[in-house]
Amino acid sequence: MPEKIDYDAKIPNNVNLSEDRRLQRALEGWQPKFMHWWGEMGPTLETQGVYLRTAVSVGREGWAHFDHVNVPDYRWGIFLAERDPDRRIAFGEHQGEPVWQQVPGEYRADLQRLIVIQGDTEPASVEQQKLLGLTAPSLYDLRNLFQVNVEEGRHLWAMVYLLHAYFGREGRDEAEGLLLRNSGSPDAPRILGAFNEETADWLAFYMFTYFTDRDGKYQLGTLKESSFDPLSRTCEFMLKEEAHHMMVGTTGVDRVVIRSAELIREHDTLDIGPHGGIPLDLIQRYINFHYTVSLDLFGSETSTNAANYYTAGLKGRWQETRRRDDHKLTGDARTLERPGGDGTWTTEEMQAILLLNLDLRTEYVADCQTGVKRWNKILSDAGIDHTFRLPHPGFNREVGINSGHHVTPDGTIVDERTWEAGKPKWLPTTEDLTFVRSLMHPVYERGKIASWVAPPRQGINGKPFDYEYVYLT
Amino acid sequence: MTTTTTVTFDRRPDEYRHWRLHVDGEVAWLELDVDEQGGLVPGYELKLNSYDLGVDIELYDATQRLRFEHPEVRVVVVTSAKDKVFCAGANIRMLAASEHHWKVNFCKFTNETRNGMEDATAHSGQTYVAAVNGTCAGGGYEIALACEKILLIDDNSSTVALPEVPLLGVLPGTGGLTRVVDKRRVRKDLADVFATRPDGVKGKTAVDWRLVDELVPRQGFREAVEKRAREIARESDRTGEGGIELTPLEHRYVDIEVGKDQVTITVKGPENDPGDLHEEGANGWFLAMTRELDDAILRLRTNEVEAGTWILKTQGDPEKVLAHEQAVFGAKDWLGNEITHYFKRTLKRLDVTSRTLIALIEPGSCFAGSLLELALAADRQYLLDGPPIDDEDSEERATIRLSEANFGPFPMGNGLTRLQTRFYGDEDHLAWLAREKDHELSAAEAVELGLVTDAPDDLDWEDEIRIALEGRASLSPDALTGMEANHRFVGPETIETKIFGRLAAWQNWIFTRPNAAGPEGALRRYGTGQKAVFDRKRV
Repeated sequence: MPEKIDYDAKIPNNVNLSEDRRLQRALEGWQPKFMHWWGEMGPTLETQGVYLRTAVSVGREGWAHFDHVNVPDYRWGIFLAERDPDRRIAFGEHQGEPVWQQVPGEYRADLQRLIVIQGDTEPASVEQQKLLGLTAPSLYDLRNLFQVNVEEGRHLWAMVYLLHAYFGREGRDEAEGLLLRNSGSPDAPRILGAFNEETADWLAFYMFTYFTDRDGKYQLGTLKESSFDPLSRTCEFMLKEEAHHMMVGTTGVDRVVIRSAELIREHDTLDIGPHGGIPLDLIQRYINFHYTVSLDLFGSETSTNAANYYTAGLKGRWQETRRRDDHKLTGDARTLERPGGDGTWTTEEMQAILLLNLDLRTEYVADCQTGVKRWNKILSDAGIDHTFRLPHPGFNREVGINSGHHVTPDGTIVDERTWEAGKPKWLPTTEDLTFVRSLMHPVYERGKIASWVAPPRQGINGKPFDYEYVYLT
Repeated sequence: MTTTTTVTFDRRPDEYRHWRLHVDGEVAWLELDVDEQGGLVPGYELKLNSYDLGVDIELYDATQRLRFEHPEVRVVVVTSAKDKVFCAGANIRMLAASEHHWKVNFCKFTNETRNGMEDATAHSGQTYVAAVNGTCAGGGYEIALACEKILLIDDNSSTVALPEVPLLGVLPGTGGLTRVVDKRRVRKDLADVFATRPDGVKGKTAVDWRLVDELVPRQGFREAVEKRAREIARESDRTGEGGIELTPLEHRYVDIEVGKDQVTITVKGPENDPGDLHEEGANGWFLAMTRELDDAILRLRTNEVEAGTWILKTQGDPEKVLAHEQAVFGAKDWLGNEITHYFKRTLKRLDVTSRTLIALIEPGSCFAGSLLELALAADRQYLLDGPPIDDEDSEERATIRLSEANFGPFPMGNGLTRLQTRFYGDEDHLAWLAREKDHELSAAEAVELGLVTDAPDDLDWEDEIRIALEGRASLSPDALTGMEANHRFVGPETIETKIFGRLAAWQNWIFTRPNAAGPEGALRRYGTGQKAVFDRKRV
């Protein structure tokens, strides 16, 4: 398996595509469909070149190569992390056996489903972010948007490669289906709810890349543990790219908070809306929304599907190999907090293996918390007495044991009327969205930035903020 | 399910917990909206619109009401009120926790309800259409299969599936396998692929394989279904108005006496001459008797599982029975038609009941025409050749009577009448019987015509019957179930007999095998995250 990526091929890859005529033909058949989709559903804004990072090899060095690229000419391709020939299955009933290089027939349907669901999310966010280029707060941000978008496109390629290479004609049909479903489409929506929500403004984009892409990180992390080695290696490389999306989210929210803090101090008021800034309570409502919608992506707290995937070795836990238990979990117990009809929380002990979605979500929540700490530190450094909080996991949920219950951000179970009355305090209102949208004017001059967000501390690849990251017409 | 719950079958639409019935002119909507917490017995949640016996009892009630209370309805759309899920089928935790007899009885009842839906389409011009608006798996797809048309939402992700074999180690138990190949004529190799795929088939492939009839876009789904339903309604020949209300059941004509090993069911004939069928409505003898008998069979099957022998008796005036029968047959309208088919279905329930059925024909009984079918459904018929046991001076003697009711309107699941089944292949005998209808048949004639098993006289009667019943009670109930089911259904196979015979027999076997029901079996391991352990030897 060459570590070097073959860039001369029509489809750049490090999987020896040129030696597999059948697969090459299949993927070359899919490529124009992808390009058509990109043309229809990809970024609306036309550019003459964007300073993009492109992988040229998957090893430690040089997977990030920077240059101005005409976006439609971006070389989407297939890159898998290097293979560890001694890798063994780390969990479930096949623990200790060599990992699989082919799909076992027994698990074919389950693996296909996992890959289709993961694959379905990748192009969805491109569709959700389609219009954001028209209102970017700076060239730097515009560039990041494109970077995120092309890499989501590449992640789609990654899943499509697996479907084409390992799942036969059905895999090819599913790969085509990934382009036929569209975010928010009334006819054929994306499979998961969060990927049918709008990402209408840049604050939402930062929140999405912080919270929702972070879910992606955790999902990829569990698939990286998979006994199906090609999936594992694909996800391992995707995780490298995903880290950047998270950076866009983390620093994006940072910069909004920094700017809001500046405006609060400058005008000595929390009501900075009239001064072109985003008020802290509105930021909190965005956090509440994007965080809870992302929690839904973890699925139901108790899941027999997740348990079955685990036992079969298809999908592990976050950092499975670092965990110190038997990696089978048939005898372990964990507790689950359940909302009751009488307004109290009850604790129920359950088999750990049935709570794997909860396990992953717990890791995710702890990770999300670090961002909140950062943003609070910005406020305290600026001497502003205000803290952001992650709402209770029962708040605003559509999936799992909390759906159907009315839980406030602090975890109180309330009746429907109290919930409806509190909603404008807790979740973005139509006025909030209209206000944020009113701030979204594009700023495409080098070195300039919109009023509501601070410039980044660092540029991309050592370049300054006023670098011409995007050539516009 | 280990339970002391006594199951009743009385339901009313305004009290349904799981279904919503909405009638809009000639189209009725039957929407599944299962209350997760509404299980019939404690111990499981009915997630994803999955069902248990309680959900199906409501469905049965709805199908009956549609036939009797809504003669204007020509199309029934079965759909889900939940988003993204049509129905996940029978609840697995319920199945896994249930005792064997409960599972089997549950399957039997659900099968009868599905067959009833098809019967409504075939004989009442009330066409069932499945509007599959989300994931549709296992028993969920079997509900759709019982419909005449299956419309599947075209959202690029919703599937139909029969995942029992790969996921649970059992079979689709409500006719799924049979209907796929027999009714929908799916090619057997494709049916094999379909029934071994846990994830099912969607979209165009589902249409190509004939698993569904049409795809309907997600946007405007309901409107499109409605439009299609109206089109189908135009093709129906069902005409009628002035439906009759199925009032709460009163037990006037069917008495049940439950003993330890046996049950005595006595059907009483009408007291009066028939009046106007429509005016009498649910009070009319034929319909009231049928409803009570239907309810009795269902309750006894579910609640009295150790009473292995049912003794069938009648009591009343044969002439009045025949007069009421004539009123129904002679009505030549939708209500007469419905009552006829309802009695037919009730007799079919008796045919597939896994209890020994013994008819005792005594003086004062009214085994005439329609009610003689009860005796013909039984495994044995004993006719008392002599005066009533408690009145030896009486002139009264037991007789039976054949009428047109015994020659066509109440076929069994195998498509034959009970007489054709009894005298299978003996056309001369059947022709002879046809000449003997419409007059009283004495004990000697009944024996000669082969219509009864034996006709002991009044001196022997009590001992003969006691010995027959005691002998029966000493035999293996399993062996009896198997033997009776085999004897009752001679001749050709139909979808119905395959479902109740072949499919149910396999399922019965699989349900007791360790690969499904053992502690490490697929049914027991389902939902634990652990994989089933199979004994790989093929038997």
